[in-house]
Amino acid sequence: MSAHSTAVPVTYIRPGTRAMSSTVDEVWQARELLYFLVWRDIKVRYKQTALGVAWSVLQPFLTMVVFTIFFGRLARVPSDGVPYPLFSLAALVPWTYFSTAVSNGSSSLVGNQHLIAKVYFPRVLVPLNAVSMPVVDLAVSFGMLVILMAWYHVVPTFALLLLPLYVALAVVSAFAVTLWTSALTVRYRDARYVLPFLVQTWLFITPVAYPTSMVPERWRLLYALNPMATVVDGFRSSLLGTPASGAMAAVAVGTVIAALAAGIAYFRSVEGSIVDLA
Amino acid sequence: MADIAIRIRGLGKRYRIGAREEQYDTLRDRIAAAAARPFRRLAPGGLAASTTIWALHDVTHDIRRGEVVGVIGGNGAGKSTLLKILSRITTPTEGEIEIHGRVGSLLEVGTGFHPDLTGRENIFLNGAILGMRKAEIERKFDDIVRFAEIGEFIDTPVKHYSSGMYVRLGFAVAAHMEPEILIVDEVLAVGDVHFQRKCLGKLDDVARSGRTVLFVSHNMAAVQRLCTSAMLLQRGNLVRVGDVRSTVAAYLGGEARGGFVAAARTADPQILSADLEDMAGRSLDNPSCSRPIVCRIAFSVPQRCPGLRLGIGVLSSDGVTLFTTNTADAGCSCPSGPGDFEARVTIPAHTLLAGDFHIAICLWNAGTILDLQEPALSFSVDAGDSTLYAESATRKGYVNVDCPWSVTVDTELPSLAISHL
Repeated sequence: MSAHSTAVPVTYIRPGTRAMSSTVDEVWQARELLYFLVWRDIKVRYKQTALGVAWSVLQPFLTMVVFTIFFGRLARVPSDGVPYPLFSLAALVPWTYFSTAVSNGSSSLVGNQHLIAKVYFPRVLVPLNAVSMPVVDLAVSFGMLVILMAWYHVVPTFALLLLPLYVALAVVSAFAVTLWTSALTVRYRDARYVLPFLVQTWLFITPVAYPTSMVPERWRLLYALNPMATVVDGFRSSLLGTPASGAMAAVAVGTVIAALAAGIAYFRSVEGSIVDLA
Repeated sequence: MADIAIRIRGLGKRYRIGAREEQYDTLRDRIAAAAARPFRRLAPGGLAASTTIWALHDVTHDIRRGEVVGVIGGNGAGKSTLLKILSRITTPTEGEIEIHGRVGSLLEVGTGFHPDLTGRENIFLNGAILGMRKAEIERKFDDIVRFAEIGEFIDTPVKHYSSGMYVRLGFAVAAHMEPEILIVDEVLAVGDVHFQRKCLGKLDDVARSGRTVLFVSHNMAAVQRLCTSAMLLQRGNLVRVGDVRSTVAAYLGGEARGGFVAAARTADPQILSADLEDMAGRSLDNPSCSRPIVCRIAFSVPQRCPGLRLGIGVLSSDGVTLFTTNTADAGCSCPSGPGDFEARVTIPAHTLLAGDFHIAICLWNAGTILDLQEPALSFSVDAGDSTLYAESATRKGYVNVDCPWSVTVDTELPSLAISHL
């Protein structure tokens, strides 16, 4: 009998925040659910939209065309010696990922309210799912970037091997932001009106339409507090061979780690009451 | 000691009143409130403690392994809160629960179903949401499809399913979870009779296999059939624990009332009030077997709702449903709204025998319960001057059914012959 009772897991339900170790363990246990949630979102999108996969390519492509006409041709913004269409698209691919992930992620808890109210699973899977899904779009739009590189006869160097790290930095950045915004959107419903403005402003403080070299040298480390600056520079340097700053990358990684730690702490403090608030 | 499945100690959950305003809490309000805060302390009473309510308070109970516990109580008694805490959907404000074993909770059928995905895809999605492993779902896939009786529709998007098929598929997936502890909330209120019976059968199997089940229901007959014990909650407090029969009777008796009035008007179809009348429309204080009993029900249908049905069930004092009757049975067309309506149903004289009864009232359409009040009314019937009690002051049973009798003669012995013997 005692052998049997030790075999069954014992769970304790208490007020307050659960132990970090049990959350990590739960997320690991629920990894298949994360897979199914991402799989669901991909399936549904390809069933619901006529153009399906094309959307993930169209958005960065059309933005690239607009940027090329207005910033590249009319405003004559420098592009570190790279053809402007390639210069902007190399930035728009990770930027589109980031803005989509943050927008989806922020409304993810509110959007999955019916699920959260009826069944328990680690709540953090919801924003995690929201930032994982657009990685598929990133991969598809990356294919278009490769085609454009071939068009301009640009051959990447060994720096290409660093690209996955920059993708990872973009995903972790989006996740850190989403941990805050998804929980805040549940608590304060007008947060969703603030968000598009935030994302738009973020675009201007990220070197998407212009090169980092336009930012005065002494402001660069402050500028690097925006991790997306490092992600964009990283995409360009690993694909197009433009310069990238190690110091900026170090600042960016530090910022992301701090934001992620704070985001996890905040999310954990409110996850127990998400149902009561919504 | 080792046989405890769930140990609940001093469990409480407090909600802030005005949670509705909290729902639409905005940054703007937050900033305004922060600015006003220094002044609020000066206001009489300040931030009073009375702005909170305990949905559940100081609940302590041990549930043994293999026990099938019915959780009963009126609306707002704290049943759902208890279930939500046990399912870990929300956290308690105080107290502790110790759970031995994996918990599977079924608070809704088909949670997370996506209308654009096929039955097959939804089985995997729903299974994963309920905590099943992919390999486990694959192994049970054929059983699930068979149980759901959806056959060739397995590759059709569920948005094309009938509501019955949808519910069957949802329950089928849930029925194939194998947790040590199963928490079920009112899921049997859906589906057709055949399927409800199948669900009850499945729950019976689960209970018999030695697993622990917590079952919340308004259906007292189902509670009595399935459960080995019951917990009665009243306004957040655990007021009684014990065998099913006496706990159900205590619940129905405790809720006894001559008239029913809804606590508040909602935006959904609802039963507003109910009471008993005599044939002349006067309030009926002492129903008697010899006179008809009229049950008057006022209900509101805020939006058009075609196919609406109104029905009552007459229950014995120990919670057994004796009979039900509804507008469709009687060929009476129920208005589809919008508007407020009043219905009257007459229980004919010489139908209910002397004793205590409850009336449950239900408003539904297409298999969905819109409002259920059980019990809405409780009353005692006395014998009155009914001819049924002419020979004896007591009769067995609860109701009288007019059954024609005839007695025929097979062989009649001449009575004269007997006297001559």
